[in-house]
Formats: sequence, structure tokens, C-alpha cells
Amino acid sequence: MASAGSDFRNEANLVAGLRSRDDRAFEFLIDRYYAPLLRLALSYVPSRAVAEEVVQETWIGVLRGIDGFEGRASLSTWMYRILLNIARTRGVKENRSVPFAAIGAVDDETSINLDRFLPSGAQNEHHWSTLPASWEHVPEERLLGTETLAEIRASLEALPSAQREVVVMRDVVGLSSAEVCNALDISETNQRVLLHRGRSKVRAALEQHLEEISQ
Amino acid sequence: MRPLFRRIFRRPVASIDCRGWTRLVTDYIEGALPLEVAARVDAHLGECTGCTRYLDQMRTTIAVVGHLSHDDVNSAMPNELRRALLAVFHEPAR
Repeated sequence: MASAGSDFRNEANLVAGLRSRDDRAFEFLIDRYYAPLLRLALSYVPSRAVAEEVVQETWIGVLRGIDGFEGRASLSTWMYRILLNIARTRGVKENRSVPFAAIGAVDDETSINLDRFLPSGAQNEHHWSTLPASWEHVPEERLLGTETLAEIRASLEALPSAQREVVVMRDVVGLSSAEVCNALDISETNQRVLLHRGRSKVRAALEQHLEEISQ
Repeated sequence: MRPLFRRIFRRPVASIDCRGWTRLVTDYIEGALPLEVAARVDAHLGECTGCTRYLDQMRTTIAVVGHLSHDDVNSAMPNELRRALLAVFHEPAR
């Protein structure tokens, strides 16, 4: 039976286990954070190979630095920050894909074409002129098919890097808003603005893609 | 105006229009809207098909983006790397 001190879901136990060089703590840490760190690295650097190097370097930094970790941030925040610093020095990924290009004037907060709304001064101004399509009956194999996912990935890569960072951390890696704010050292409000703009662009790209393939 | 009169006839809080909603959708999903604004949003959503669909599109987008996490990365670290890191873990303090 596991003693209280070996439940590594408790961060204090995990840190203590790592400091005493307990292999179970090591295994737990690796299993829990390998994939999130790799996903995060992939959003920064141009290739899988470079991302793996960044993650490897991060792990070495974490394992060598654990004795000096002061616990002022949570362990995960500390690890994400180490990764971000290494990834950023390795060269931030350029926007390789063509940014999502809508035709006509677009609301820059939402990436929605302004002609989707009734103009100012009209009756029902700023209400939808064309209703958004219902996605309720879009088959899952279309929504999650290779082609759609490739499109989504391209739209993420085309985001300005601050927006991409936040969307990837929140929606791909699955971090909480607090974790993202801590790791990037930004305010809750700023985090939401970046998340909103980024997600809105991805939604617009998905909408365009679904329209194209349904024709 | 007498206070009671003012309370009854005060200017209603501006209602949400569709374009305004599309700017608030993330704050709404994140639970970051002030209660009063969230209530106006809920009232608007209750009678606007377009905005309800927009909310659903946004949630679907989040779910689809989440699927990228399933296909890019094998969840386990390669054994070779694991062994190398274990050696780093046990190297004597410098």
C-alpha cells in the first residue's frame, strides 16, 4: 500500500521524492509531463526534431535544477518556464503558413466578416445578416478527419505567436488559465484577449473549411 | 424624478446585439463576465438562433483543437531517452 509520502499527485511529495532521487518520483514526473512538454515545444519550433531536443534540454534542466527549485511557482509552472526559455532561444517558429485570409473587412477582435452583420443604423443593426451555420449535424469524421485537423493546425501556425502560445497551452496542452498566466507572466485579462483572438481565427478557418468541403 | 419613479423607469441596461456577443463569447465561456452582463447574454441567447449557433461553433472549435493533442504525440517517452535522463537524475551533485 502506498504511504502518504508516495502519492506523487501531491506536489510536495513529488518534489521531496525527486530530491531524494526516488525513481518512482522520476517515473511519475516523466509520465505526467512528457507529452504536455512536447506539445508545447512543437508549437514553438519548426520541426519535431528540434522540439524533441528542446524537451530533452528542458528535462535535463529540470532534473539538474530540482535541488535548487524554491517552490515559489508550482512545479509545472517552473517546468513550463524552463521549456519556454529554451524554446525561445532556439528560435521561435516563423509563421510558415499563409494567415487565414478573409475576403472583405473583418472585425479584428473576432475575425468575422463585417458583412455578416446588419450595418449600423439599419433596423436590428449589428444583428446577423446571415446566420452562422449549425454544426450540430456535421459528421464527426468530417470534423475530426485528417484534412480538417491539418487545416486547424495550419490556422494555429498562422496565428501571431502570443496568440498561438496561449491557444496551444489552453486548448492543445490543456493547461488552466492560471497555469498559462503564470508560465507566460501575463494577466488574466491579457490571457483572455489573446485566447479570444486566437480561437476566433481558428473558428473562422474551420468555418471556411467546412463550407468548402460541403460544396 | 422621485426615487421610486426613477427605479421603475430607469434606462434599461443596453441589450446585447449579435456583433457585441461575438466579442464576448470567450469571456462567457471562461466564466469571466460580470453577472449582470452574463444575464443579458443569456437573455439574448434565449431568443437568437444565430448567436446560439455561434457559441456552439466556438465550443466545437475548442474541441477540435483539443484533438490535435491526440494525434501529434505518442504519450510515452522513448526508452532510450528515459534511460539517459535517469542517469542525469542520479548523477552526483556538482
